[in-house]
Amino acid sequence: MTLKSLRWLIPIAVFAVIAAFLYAGLFRDPREVPSPLIGKPAPAFSLAELHAPDRRLSPSDMRGQVWLLNVWASWCVSCREEHPLLVALAKTGIVPIVGLDYKDKPGDGRAWLTDNGNPYRTSVMDSDGRTGIDWGVYGVPETYVVDRAGIIRYKQIGPLTEQTLKQTILPLVRRLQAS
Amino acid sequence: MIPELGHFALIVALLVAIIQSVLPMIGAARRDRALMGVAVTAARAQFGLVALAFGCLAWSFATSDFSVANVAANSNTHLPLHFRLAATWGSHEGSLLLWSTMLAGWGFAVTVFSRNLPQVLRARVLAVLGMIAIGFLLFLLTTSDPFTRLFPAPPEGRDLNSLLQDPGMVAHPPMLYMGYVGFSVAFAFAIAALIGGRLDAAWARWSRPWTTVAWSFLTVGIALGSVWAYYTLGWGGWWFWDPVENASFMPWLAGTALIHSLAVTEKRGAFRSWTVLLAIVAFSLSLIGTFLVRSGVLTSVHAFAIDPARGLYILAFLAIVIGGSLALYAVRAGAVGAGGDFAPVSRESLLLGNNVLLVVALVSVLLGTLYPLFVDALAAGKISVGPPYFNTVFYPLMAPLLFLVGVGPVAAWRRAPIPELWTRLRWAAGIAVVTAALVPVAMGRWKPLVALGMLLSAWIAAATLSSLVHRLRHAPQRGLTAKLRANAPAWYGMLLAHLGVAVFVAGVTLVKGYEVERDVRLDVGQSVVVAGDTYTFRGVAAVPGPNYDAIVATIDMTRADRHVTTLHPQKRTFRSSGQVITEASIERGIGGDHYVSLGEPITGSGASGAWAVRIYVKPFVDWIWGGCLLMALGGFAAVADRRYRLARARHSEPAAALVAPT
Repeated sequence: MTLKSLRWLIPIAVFAVIAAFLYAGLFRDPREVPSPLIGKPAPAFSLAELHAPDRRLSPSDMRGQVWLLNVWASWCVSCREEHPLLVALAKTGIVPIVGLDYKDKPGDGRAWLTDNGNPYRTSVMDSDGRTGIDWGVYGVPETYVVDRAGIIRYKQIGPLTEQTLKQTILPLVRRLQAS
Repeated sequence: MIPELGHFALIVALLVAIIQSVLPMIGAARRDRALMGVAVTAARAQFGLVALAFGCLAWSFATSDFSVANVAANSNTHLPLHFRLAATWGSHEGSLLLWSTMLAGWGFAVTVFSRNLPQVLRARVLAVLGMIAIGFLLFLLTTSDPFTRLFPAPPEGRDLNSLLQDPGMVAHPPMLYMGYVGFSVAFAFAIAALIGGRLDAAWARWSRPWTTVAWSFLTVGIALGSVWAYYTLGWGGWWFWDPVENASFMPWLAGTALIHSLAVTEKRGAFRSWTVLLAIVAFSLSLIGTFLVRSGVLTSVHAFAIDPARGLYILAFLAIVIGGSLALYAVRAGAVGAGGDFAPVSRESLLLGNNVLLVVALVSVLLGTLYPLFVDALAAGKISVGPPYFNTVFYPLMAPLLFLVGVGPVAAWRRAPIPELWTRLRWAAGIAVVTAALVPVAMGRWKPLVALGMLLSAWIAAATLSSLVHRLRHAPQRGLTAKLRANAPAWYGMLLAHLGVAVFVAGVTLVKGYEVERDVRLDVGQSVVVAGDTYTFRGVAAVPGPNYDAIVATIDMTRADRHVTTLHPQKRTFRSSGQVITEASIERGIGGDHYVSLGEPITGSGASGAWAVRIYVKPFVDWIWGGCLLMALGGFAAVADRRYRLARARHSEPAAALVAPT
């Protein structure tokens, strides 16, 4: 084959490269976006607790320990998917989980936890979703890992899976706890 | 019963498509007339069957048969009939069925309008169309059956996506698909010609009308989508460089290049292998567009149900169709040979410039669209490519292209001496410079980019009109009507389309240069002055619609204390889905739009509260879509050319073909 006849192969070569990337793209989720808040201090809030509305919780109360913030709501269907994982995690006692009951009615939220189990050390009510905005929530459920100094280290958009929990979140939590 | 009939029709259509693609191919290889003749019968039968299936689905929607899962998911008894019918193509399954119906329709059109084609070529073209049909029908039947039953049938359906409940959205997908699918005919001609080894002027002449019609539909489809986004999304934008918009724009760019290179191949026999490649690329990009929309590999505002199995199927189909045709190209294109030679400045070289610029623009859009995917697949992070990239890359490419639009039609084939071009174009150049200097001054603010845009727009318009004047003046006939008749409709179509480009460029330039956007908070009775007009907020009222509840605001617009109009922007909450959409209220005018959309309530939600209101002034924005319409009309006019009709109606020359379109 001469060089000149090779040029007729250029189109198909270009297409092969594009097709390979399209194939790779099929198995990736473009929605899985890193949060700009990673490495930044957790945005402050002071919200009423779901089960004791006269008490308030803020991130500074969690200073000194590694903790998870899980954004959930009684209206959220995918939250049911990840909920058993959270309940199991809570039983191990490895890491405290704070729930952010997002745009929910307190009564509905409490009833939902009664029905499905309560993995949260505390849940706070973000009824108007303002704290959610500060934290950059754009799909419920979401889970954040916050370190001892109150810095966000990881964010998971969408339901937790056994895989992300075991391979990403728990190793990170252990590393942060050890440091 | 009706849905089963539709499903059955699809299965039979698949069998017919297999026959359509196999027997005529064998017949063409053996020069067996009987086998080749199967192509026409099969293509017509296929159209009947697929149209029947489409009719069955439309019937299920019209009668609200919620035992059909697709109807239950996308329709509702409160939906008005015209939207119920439009819901037929509102879902992934339905839109694929629409795609297949159109593909079969184009095949049917080939059987009707190609009586004069050599039988071998026609058999191969129809066989290739049959192969594409197999792919889509299999896709429908295996992963996306629109007729799946639901048991027990729900008493009420969900609803058509509320964003789609709009006249613009009813017409946008069919138009777009007519364009996408229409490129399949040019593709089939290219493949048939590659198989036969005959890529000559006749092939180009036969391909041209099909390409032009498909391109015109695509132009209308894209413009409709743009208009819809403009008045429904509430941001007053008309193009977002969204991946799915790009997916429709890339075939358009390839199609535009193809139309121009087909002209060279037909007239001068040059660019043959290039033209055939463009024909393959235009259709391939239509298929890739389909893949991007449905596979979920890119995030976009256009949400179809995302399903990796479907993505994988389409990708496999892409690999077979595009890979196969490019392999055929690699084997055959070398033998095509070059065409006539031409001087460095000639119509050929200018059209070559047009093609190079269009293809570079196409590649840059393709890169920008797929770049996030590349970066992600290489695990280099997540990025998104936005308008800044596209604007930076795209506009500099368009400026020289627009310059060429003015020169190309004036230049002679083979050799066009520059002094001669200058003599022909100096008036146009003068008009362009004066316009570029005056318009920004008249608009109140000097802006260099506006001057550049107006320079190019006026240049195209003046050069186009001057070639009309030149032709008419030098026509040997007497009388204006006779002189007008002396030119082919294809030529008028070209002028019309180029004028459309000028109008479009003027619209884009002036909107970008002088639009005013204000977000204001208005209490009841409060006024705001935007660009010299006073807008007074009179309050909101709740108005129920057929399947939604609307909050309708009343805003009076006055100019110099004279009442101009009353605007009623709405926020509609759809009862079934709870989805809220904004419906902007627009005072349209040839000189620009006054666009008001209703934001969120700021204090209280009752009739007395304050609201966020967006007021936009968009000078000459309608010229953008007017320009697109002119381009499409130009395309349709060009197809009326008698050269394409001559052989079809050899005995009775239709009088209509001789009359220039207006």
